[in-house]
Amino acid sequence: MSNLSKSKYRGFEADRSKYPVEEEGKPVIDLESHKFTKIWQGPQHPGVTGNMAVELIINGDEIVDAKAHMGYLHRSFEKLMERRRYIQCFPIVCRICVPEPDTNEYCVSAAMEDLAGITVPEKAMWLRTLNLEMSRVGSFLMWIGGQAGSLGMGAISQWTVGMRDYWLDLFEEMTGGRVYHMYMIPGGVRKNLPDGFKDRARRLIVKTRRLMQDIDNTFLSNAIIKSRLQGLGVISPEMVDEYGIVGPNARASGREYDIRMNNPYVCYDNLDIKMITATEGDAYARAQVRYRELNQSLDLVAQILDRIPEEGAIQAEMPNLLHWKIPQGQTYVKAESTRGEHGFYMVSDGSEKPRRVFARGASYTHAISVLEKLAVNVSVSDLAGLMVSLHTCPPEIER
Amino acid sequence: MKLKDVLSPLRVWERAAKKPMTIKDPINDRPGATNYRGFHKNDFSKCIGCGTCEEICQNAAIDLVPVEGQETVEGDSGLRPMIDYGRCCWCALCVDVCPTGALTMSNDYTWIADNPEDYRFVPGADKTKWQESEKGYTRSPDIQIIDYDRVDMQELEPEERDKSFIEIVKGYNKEQAIKEAERCLECGLCIATCPAHMDIPGYIAAIRDDDIDNALRILYETNPMPEICGRICTHKCETACALHNNGDPLAIRWLKRYIVDQVPADKYSEILGTDHLEDEVLNRKVAIIGAGPAGLSAAYYLAIMGYKTKVYEALPGPGGMARYGIPEYRLPYDQIDKDINYIRSLGVEIQFNTRVGTDITLEELHSSYDAVFAGTGLHLGRSTRVPGADNKRVYFATDLLREVTLGNEIDVAKNIVVIGGGNVAMDITRTLARLQNQKYGKVQILTTCLETEDIMPADVEEIVEAREEKAVIDPGWGPKEIEIRDGKVYGLHVVKCLSVFDENGRFSPKFDEDQKKFFKADMVVESIGQGMDLSYLSEGIKSDLKFSPRGRIEVDDSFQSSLQWLFVGGDIIQGPDVIHGIANGYIAAKGIDTYLNAE
Repeated sequence: MSNLSKSKYRGFEADRSKYPVEEEGKPVIDLESHKFTKIWQGPQHPGVTGNMAVELIINGDEIVDAKAHMGYLHRSFEKLMERRRYIQCFPIVCRICVPEPDTNEYCVSAAMEDLAGITVPEKAMWLRTLNLEMSRVGSFLMWIGGQAGSLGMGAISQWTVGMRDYWLDLFEEMTGGRVYHMYMIPGGVRKNLPDGFKDRARRLIVKTRRLMQDIDNTFLSNAIIKSRLQGLGVISPEMVDEYGIVGPNARASGREYDIRMNNPYVCYDNLDIKMITATEGDAYARAQVRYRELNQSLDLVAQILDRIPEEGAIQAEMPNLLHWKIPQGQTYVKAESTRGEHGFYMVSDGSEKPRRVFARGASYTHAISVLEKLAVNVSVSDLAGLMVSLHTCPPEIER
Repeated sequence: MKLKDVLSPLRVWERAAKKPMTIKDPINDRPGATNYRGFHKNDFSKCIGCGTCEEICQNAAIDLVPVEGQETVEGDSGLRPMIDYGRCCWCALCVDVCPTGALTMSNDYTWIADNPEDYRFVPGADKTKWQESEKGYTRSPDIQIIDYDRVDMQELEPEERDKSFIEIVKGYNKEQAIKEAERCLECGLCIATCPAHMDIPGYIAAIRDDDIDNALRILYETNPMPEICGRICTHKCETACALHNNGDPLAIRWLKRYIVDQVPADKYSEILGTDHLEDEVLNRKVAIIGAGPAGLSAAYYLAIMGYKTKVYEALPGPGGMARYGIPEYRLPYDQIDKDINYIRSLGVEIQFNTRVGTDITLEELHSSYDAVFAGTGLHLGRSTRVPGADNKRVYFATDLLREVTLGNEIDVAKNIVVIGGGNVAMDITRTLARLQNQKYGKVQILTTCLETEDIMPADVEEIVEAREEKAVIDPGWGPKEIEIRDGKVYGLHVVKCLSVFDENGRFSPKFDEDQKKFFKADMVVESIGQGMDLSYLSEGIKSDLKFSPRGRIEVDDSFQSSLQWLFVGGDIIQGPDVIHGIANGYIAAKGIDTYLNAE
């Protein structure tokens, strides 16, 4: 419990040896002893944690053991794709993450392109970069709302979800859909930008920056928020590797790992982008990292808008996608979602349908093993805040 | 704890003075984006009911259903998509894939209905408030879900071909054929349009799977002359092809040719399972008049069913018009022989140089055989009957083409005019151009017809290629007189043709006599249609047969004439083209089988 012993988190004794007794590394919970109570949090979700349940053993207000339960959202995305042609997959995968569907769309198309040896035209690449970065803005805005809401600051949720809707307006113009954009198809993207889009996007960036200032004033510079988040759910640098933690959760613990910079895809290597990290590793540091990354994403959107070529194809030359066969092979394609590394493993057997698609979201570890570990010794009232600070997304687990 | 962190959050109240983000009437104050994927619309004037939307829908939300007022016609199934909003995910792939651009979406956000059944609707047929809406999601011209561009066919360059009769079209190789086959939408509009109702998507799928044996089996289910059809079919299937609405139709004819070109003749019987056919021969005999596509098609299917068949042919070689009407550069004789030799290998006997009516009478055939099929074709030329048309240097195209095939020398003039705008006119133009080139080293041939170029019946590629071979095509003129000087043809006088058909679509050309032209020539060829030679019907038989007002023998659906033992098909009944003949022969064979089993 090295991280906990250094914790600034107040309220409970950091020394966990008192209760419950551990045998072979597992706590012995005797419910008959009346020292412990078992309660369930979820599967309804407080904040934006998605439908999952956490089975809690508490002693008073303190969580002494936690077990994450999945299975409330299972829609069998991966299996559905095995029964569909390649072109029919992109409307399915966006559903793996509601607030940030585009990373899935990108990965599934990029995996097919990699296997089929297709080069996406430059303009389509820029449009994909724009789409992905706008998607990060939308997802981070929703996350801030969730983090604030889970700590009782409902007003900020109203602001950010309202602002997110303006971003969804942009998505609607660009892609034809607000939530599920279904914009990236194998070979490129489906539509060119509509007239006047860039100006409207630039105006929205200014508007969002003003909101970000308000959020800094009221949320990050807030004594109550700090007292609740600082020291909560500390991820030590050692844990990052041990648990496979990625994304802002890892960067808040000092790990410099961001796929956009470590393995640049689409047009990220042409953008001015810097790694954002923190060292504390607690929920507050994660909030700061995300806040700064959101600001950076606004910067990136502005950069991208300036650099999208006016002319050029938006789709590579493709065969009839109704009979598109991809040569035998396997590939793993990854992208940086707001939750961290998001990857798709795809196997083709040379037929018209994928043999196997495997979606690997960051929440697979964050929402199960990491949450189960960090929840221990936390007040039951802070669990929702902790879950949101890990940016859990159960659909990523139940593909 | 810093004092700033205590005071700063109080700035939350600043927002109370700001304008709220929400709007009072979001649906009306802020309509959907121009590009929004709202609710489906279907423009029935464009929709062809091809069902590609149904095929691509990954939710199985679309069913093609019959709709009142929509008829099945060539190139339109008459069915229309019904969309189930209980299943739809609004991905708009159906819109992107629609080859006609008929299916689009409005930019409406909401639709409220009391009855859940309403949400399963036929856009365009069921009244919706958004059907006329102009905004919404449409297919982007910048992307392709399906491939509208045909794989180019390699052909001989004009200078390589203008002196010889070597086949012009080189055919697809495997890679090209598979790439072209991948373009197929499998809608099946071609099956309905093809007179023989060939399973076109079936054999094209077999090409995609590189299963040529299976492709050949599918071809022979309905067409025993695929080498011939693969080269010179009128390919009505391609006119009906759904891809034709936004690009090049699938090269169905060339793909058919690709299949048969891959299979050596000696493999046919093994692949088609006819190597033990002789075990099942019936004791019934059928005589066939004419070894053209119709007669041989009937003979093939009768032979497959076990009948003994004998074909009587007036000319010295088999193939009918396919051999004696179509030039070798379009259809080489060895390819005709490949198809026909296989049919003969099944026990079909052909007796050449035997004209029914002269060498053997129809009555004799009737008494020696259980049934007779006549597919005698259109071998007689038709004359313009203008003054001078009776000169000996005025020919019919069919006669000249036949002479070329027979290997007889033609007295080709230096300066020739051809009258006619169909494919036969192009055939004779290009044949004579080659002969002129061989004899004089230059081409001086002009082809004129009543129709203007946009409505000329000849295939566009025929006109283009004829011009490449230095023939002059000058359409839109009506022949007035062939001027004869000293008993020799001097040239053709024409007047401007203003229209060919009247308002009812009947042939009734109108001329402007003031606009005149003269085409100098010392030989004129008429190619304005062909007639049938029914002289083999004796008076007795003629009086028992029923004829249509236009002189055609009347037949029922199985091509049985009013004389039960006599079946008639091919160009003298339908067409004229090869595929109708093949289709007629196929149906007549079944009809003969039914007739003989009923006896």
